[in-house]
Amino acid sequence: MSFTEQPSYAARAVDYLFVGFLFVAALGSLYWASQAVDAVLGFHAIVFAIAFYLALFVVGKQLVTGKGYRRPQSDELVYNDEIVKAGTIASTFWAIVGLLVGLIIALQLAFPVLNFDVAWLSFGRLRPVHTSGVIFAFGGNVLLATSFYVVQRTSKARLAGHYAPWFVFWGFQLFLVVAASGYVLGVTQSKEYAEPEWYADLWLTVVWVVYLLVFLGTLWKRKEPHIYVANWFFLSFIVTVAMLHIVNNLTMPVSLMGGKSYILFAGVQDALTQWWYAHNAVGFFLTAGFLGIMYYFVPKRAERPVYSYRLSIVHFWSLIFIYIWAGPHHLHYTALPDWAQTLGMTFSVMLWMPSWGGMINGLMTLSGAWDKLRTDPVIRMMVVSVAFYGMSTFEGPVMSIKAVNSLSHYTDWTVGHTHSGALGWVGYISFGALYCLVPWLWKRKTLYSLQLVNAHFWISTIGIVLYITSMWVSGMMQGLMWRAYDSLGFLEYSFVETVEAMHPFYIIRALGGALYLVGTIIMAYNLWQTAQGNVRQKEAATLLGNTAPAAA
Amino acid sequence: MTYIDVASFAQSWGLIYFMLIFLAVCVYALWPSNKDKFDHAANLPFDDEDA
Repeated sequence: MSFTEQPSYAARAVDYLFVGFLFVAALGSLYWASQAVDAVLGFHAIVFAIAFYLALFVVGKQLVTGKGYRRPQSDELVYNDEIVKAGTIASTFWAIVGLLVGLIIALQLAFPVLNFDVAWLSFGRLRPVHTSGVIFAFGGNVLLATSFYVVQRTSKARLAGHYAPWFVFWGFQLFLVVAASGYVLGVTQSKEYAEPEWYADLWLTVVWVVYLLVFLGTLWKRKEPHIYVANWFFLSFIVTVAMLHIVNNLTMPVSLMGGKSYILFAGVQDALTQWWYAHNAVGFFLTAGFLGIMYYFVPKRAERPVYSYRLSIVHFWSLIFIYIWAGPHHLHYTALPDWAQTLGMTFSVMLWMPSWGGMINGLMTLSGAWDKLRTDPVIRMMVVSVAFYGMSTFEGPVMSIKAVNSLSHYTDWTVGHTHSGALGWVGYISFGALYCLVPWLWKRKTLYSLQLVNAHFWISTIGIVLYITSMWVSGMMQGLMWRAYDSLGFLEYSFVETVEAMHPFYIIRALGGALYLVGTIIMAYNLWQTAQGNVRQKEAATLLGNTAPAAA
Repeated sequence: MTYIDVASFAQSWGLIYFMLIFLAVCVYALWPSNKDKFDHAANLPFDDEDA
């Protein structure tokens, strides 16, 4: 491969426009910090300013000296793998952060003394650090890395843009830092999974639009007539998340110099917008995006094409058309009109079909190669992930049925359901993708150790099982205790009695979370050693030739 | 136009619209002459040698 030192004038112009943007943004952030009416906004303005100055320094230096400024010749196909490497590192880092905070708040629920009476460590502030940390920071970085990898390989085109992909990557990390530090310092707009205030939301909108343009630009340049199905899923994830994010965050800031804002909607309209957003964050971020991963990495690792490409097309269109209507099932027995609740329930039940179609398509891809389940722990992880996808997309529609929901809603059953999807499906398909990507990207023949993957798999799987079974028992018990009446028609239990009854299950749940975290730390060690090019001495004899990458 | 009008429009034409789209997707996916295209597409993940 060769790189040009003299890019075209158009490319140069875009680079200088970007520098101009950074310059204005850096100065603007400093002015903003000087005018801030609350301390946290002042702090965040300084964080923005530091980020913009750092970017200005790096980009400016490259443009002035020419050092490190490497654009491939336009007629040559050189994949941008550096951005994917950065994404794998960021995913692994945020996975550990997000899961660790999850473990801390699980322990706080069992032993409230663990918040040490420090406001920064209180459950209400750390909980969004955990949810945003695992969903957006870990999951988001996995999706960035895998979507950038897959769209290049299946389009036979280099990622569009020179600085644009890096703007997306670092801009997203900046958003995550602002969001997480804001939560700890008490900033929230009180919308679940959309807690960051207006300024962080606006920044994320800019980053996301550039992400969409990079993705579309790469598809535009593709050398393949057909757009591979994984890219359809990634594209629907990017487009829909942009739409959801913008509509759910239509807020009016009290002052442009302060952090507080008010949502435009009120009452039940606000509730419906919120759950339309949140459920489709599940549908398009945590499902469609990770299905994109499944449709590339499962066939690739199993070394056979997807079971039915036709089924994948029907899966895609029916999934996206049905998912968008399911949100109202979060508002059963509320002020939301009855017909809207029924609509949400009906569409949720209909989701069984595309979800299971997709699951069968993923699993049957191994048809004729089931022995790989025994020999390749990475494939095992991804297959168990798809099995969890089937399980939690079965459980979800059941819970959306009004009669079931009257028992499950507001209980730990919901928490257990979320985590069977998050830990089982999203976590495992991501780990599988990371185990594939790191050897491919760092050009290693094999992972450092397959036994460590095996250890990760079993430790984490026991963790998931402890987590979801304890939450099933705790949640159903909680729901049943709430609705228990004595012979005179009085409530059988006080609220605090239900809390007391749940205590043992909270300890089991924390143990499950701890095991899952241990598994992830083992993965981080394994990936680190792989990137270094090491092979575990004990396994040296069996590893070579075992998992040579198909085509890196 | 009242709320009832909007609701009945959505409940009747919405259903037909969704069914038609679903049928169109199925026809597209199962159309015999598309088979080669899909077979080629299904193998795209294995056709990504570095340049």
